[in-house]
Amino acid sequence: MAINYLNPLFEVVRNPDRCIKCRVCERQCANEVHHYDPDLDRMVADETSCVDCQRCVTLCPTRALKIRPNENQFRENGNWSQQIMDEVYKQAGSGGVLLSAMGNPREYPVYWDKILLNASQVTNPPIDPLREPMETKTFLGKKDQSIHYDENGKAVYEKNPYLELDVPIMFSAMSFGSISKNAHETLARAAQELGTYYNTGEGGLHKDFYKYGANTICQVASGRFGVFKEYLDTGAAIEIKMGQGAKPGIGGHLPGMKINEEISKTRMIPKGTDAISPAPHHDIYSIEDLRQLVLSLKEATNWEKPVIVKIAAVHNVAAIASGIARSGADIIAIDGYRGGTGAAPTRIRDNVGIPIELALASVDQRLRDEGIRNNISVVVGGSVRCSADVVKAVALGADAVYIATAALLAMGCHLCRSCNTGKCNWGIATQRADLVKRLNPDIAYKRLVNLVHAWDHEIKEMMGGMGINSIESLRGNRLMLRGIGLTQKELDILGIMHAGE
Amino acid sequence: MKKVYVNEDWCLGCHLCEFTCAAANSGAPDMIKAFAGGKKPVARIQIEEGSAVNFAVQCRHCELHPCVKGCISGALSVKDGVIVCDEERCVGCYTCVLSCPYGAIVIDGAGHKIRKCDLCTQNSQGEPACVKACPNNAIVFEER
Repeated sequence: MAINYLNPLFEVVRNPDRCIKCRVCERQCANEVHHYDPDLDRMVADETSCVDCQRCVTLCPTRALKIRPNENQFRENGNWSQQIMDEVYKQAGSGGVLLSAMGNPREYPVYWDKILLNASQVTNPPIDPLREPMETKTFLGKKDQSIHYDENGKAVYEKNPYLELDVPIMFSAMSFGSISKNAHETLARAAQELGTYYNTGEGGLHKDFYKYGANTICQVASGRFGVFKEYLDTGAAIEIKMGQGAKPGIGGHLPGMKINEEISKTRMIPKGTDAISPAPHHDIYSIEDLRQLVLSLKEATNWEKPVIVKIAAVHNVAAIASGIARSGADIIAIDGYRGGTGAAPTRIRDNVGIPIELALASVDQRLRDEGIRNNISVVVGGSVRCSADVVKAVALGADAVYIATAALLAMGCHLCRSCNTGKCNWGIATQRADLVKRLNPDIAYKRLVNLVHAWDHEIKEMMGGMGINSIESLRGNRLMLRGIGLTQKELDILGIMHAGE
Repeated sequence: MKKVYVNEDWCLGCHLCEFTCAAANSGAPDMIKAFAGGKKPVARIQIEEGSAVNFAVQCRHCELHPCVKGCISGALSVKDGVIVCDEERCVGCYTCVLSCPYGAIVIDGAGHKIRKCDLCTQNSQGEPACVKACPNNAIVFEER
C-alpha cells in the first residue's frame, strides 16, 4: 500500500465519562467516522474521513463529542502552509483539479466590516420602528423616468414588469440537484410566507413546486436544463445566468450519480448522465446577443415578466453592467467572489473575482454617471451575512440582496464545505434518500422565515436610527456610510468618506 | 385524546427517542447517570428499522386494550384513556406481551417485569420525552 501523505484534518474527541454508547453518532455520520467496537465495548472513530460537519456533536444526547483541528502539524512554514502542502500531496496522488464547496474561505478583506453606519442625534431625530410605520417593501424592475399624459390630461401608467418584495432580501439560485428536494421546498415555502422570491438555479423546477410559481425566479443558464414554455410561464421572473461569484468564467458539472429519476425529469436529461453547463452561453458572445436572449424570453412570456441577468463580480464589472442595463434586462444581479457553490475548482473559487462591495459601488456609480440607473434594478449577493450587510449594501446602491449561505445556515448547514461529496449530513446538499429526509421542511422553513423576519426587524431599527422611515430613502444614500481603516483609493471606489470626515 | 404518532417520512432511525425514553423513565436525573456503570435501562419505544423506512413503535393506548383485559394481576389499567402499568403489581407473566397487537410492550429482564409507554404521565417529563427528543419532528404528540 502506498503511503498516505495526508494528515486527518480533524480529531474526534470523545469524553468516555459522558458517552453512553447510544451509537447515534455512528448512525448519523454519512462519512462513517464513528463505529461501535463490541469487543472493546466502546465507540471508536476513524477521523480520516471527518469533515467537521458537527452532525454528531449536535445530536449527541450527552454532549460527549468535540471535533477539533488535528494538533499534529507539519513543520511550521510561513510560505508553505499546511494547507498548501496538503493540496500538493492531494494533486500528486490524484492528478486532478482540486474541488471545493461553498464560498471562498480565504482571509481577504471583508469591506462590510470596514464600513460604519450613521445615526441621528438631536437634529433629524431617530425613529422608533415599534411606534411608527417603517417601510422595507421593495420593487425591482425598470422605473419610469417621466410621466406621460393622454389627450384628456390623465396620467398614463405603462407599468414595466416588476417584482414586489416585502423585504429587500431574496434567496439566490441553488439548483435542485445541487441541493435536495427538501431544501428546495424549504426555500419555496419560506419565500411564499415572506412575500419574496427564491431562485430555481439552473436545474429546472420540480413538478411539485409549480404551486409556488408566484414566488419563483426561473433561471436560464448555459446548460438550459429544464427550460421549456411552462417553466418560464410559471415563474414570477426569469434569470439569465451568465456567471457565478464562486466560479466566474467557468460552467458547472453535476455528476451523473446525482441524476436520479426526479432530477432527470426536472432537468430533462437522461438518468445517470452528467449535467454539464458550459462556461459560456453558446449563443451569447456580445451584449447584442444577450439582448436577443432577453427579448426572446420576454416574447416567450408575453412581455409580462421581468428578466434578470446575473453576472459574477469581475474586474470590468461596471462596463459589463452598463451593457446589461442597455440589453433590455430589468434587473442585474451581481455575485461577489465570496458567493457559495455546491462545487467549484478550488483555484478558481479562491482566486477569481472581486469583492461584491467594490463591484456594487462601481456599478451603481457607473450607471448613475451614464444616467441609466433607473433603467435597471441592482441586486447583489456573494456573502451577505447579516442585516447590517443588507443595510450597507442598500446604502451603497443595491435595490435588494440575494442570500443563500445564510439561508442554508438557517436550515442547519455548518459550512463544512463538503457539498461536492454528495454526503451532506444535514440533508441539504445531497440526493441520498436517507440523508435528504434529515431536512424536514416543516421545521426548516420556519427557521428560515424567522431569520428573515429577524433581519427585517434589525434593518428597520438601523434605518430608524438614521432617521429614515423607508428603504427607498436609504438606497444609494452613501452619506450614511463611513469607512474605517480603508485607503483613499478604497474610499474613492466605495464612494464614501472616512470615519471622522 | 392526545397520543404519540410517528411519521415514517421523517424518522431517521437515530434511536434518540429510545435512549431518551429509557433515561426519562429510569428515575435518574440525567442521561449520563441513567446509563452510568454499564446500566441498561429499558426504553418503552422501539425503532423498527428497514433499508429505507424507519419508524418508532410504542403503545397505541387502543380502545380494545387486550393487555388490560388479559392482565392476571390487575397491574394494567386504563387511566383517563392512558393504559398504565402498576409495576409493583406486575408478576411478569407476559400475557400482555403476547396479546399486544402492536408488539409495543417490552420485557425488562432485569426486574422480570414488563415496561410500557404511559405517555410520560408517571414521570416528571410533562410532555412525552420521545417527542421532545426527536431531532426531526418525526414523533408528535397530538389529537387526531
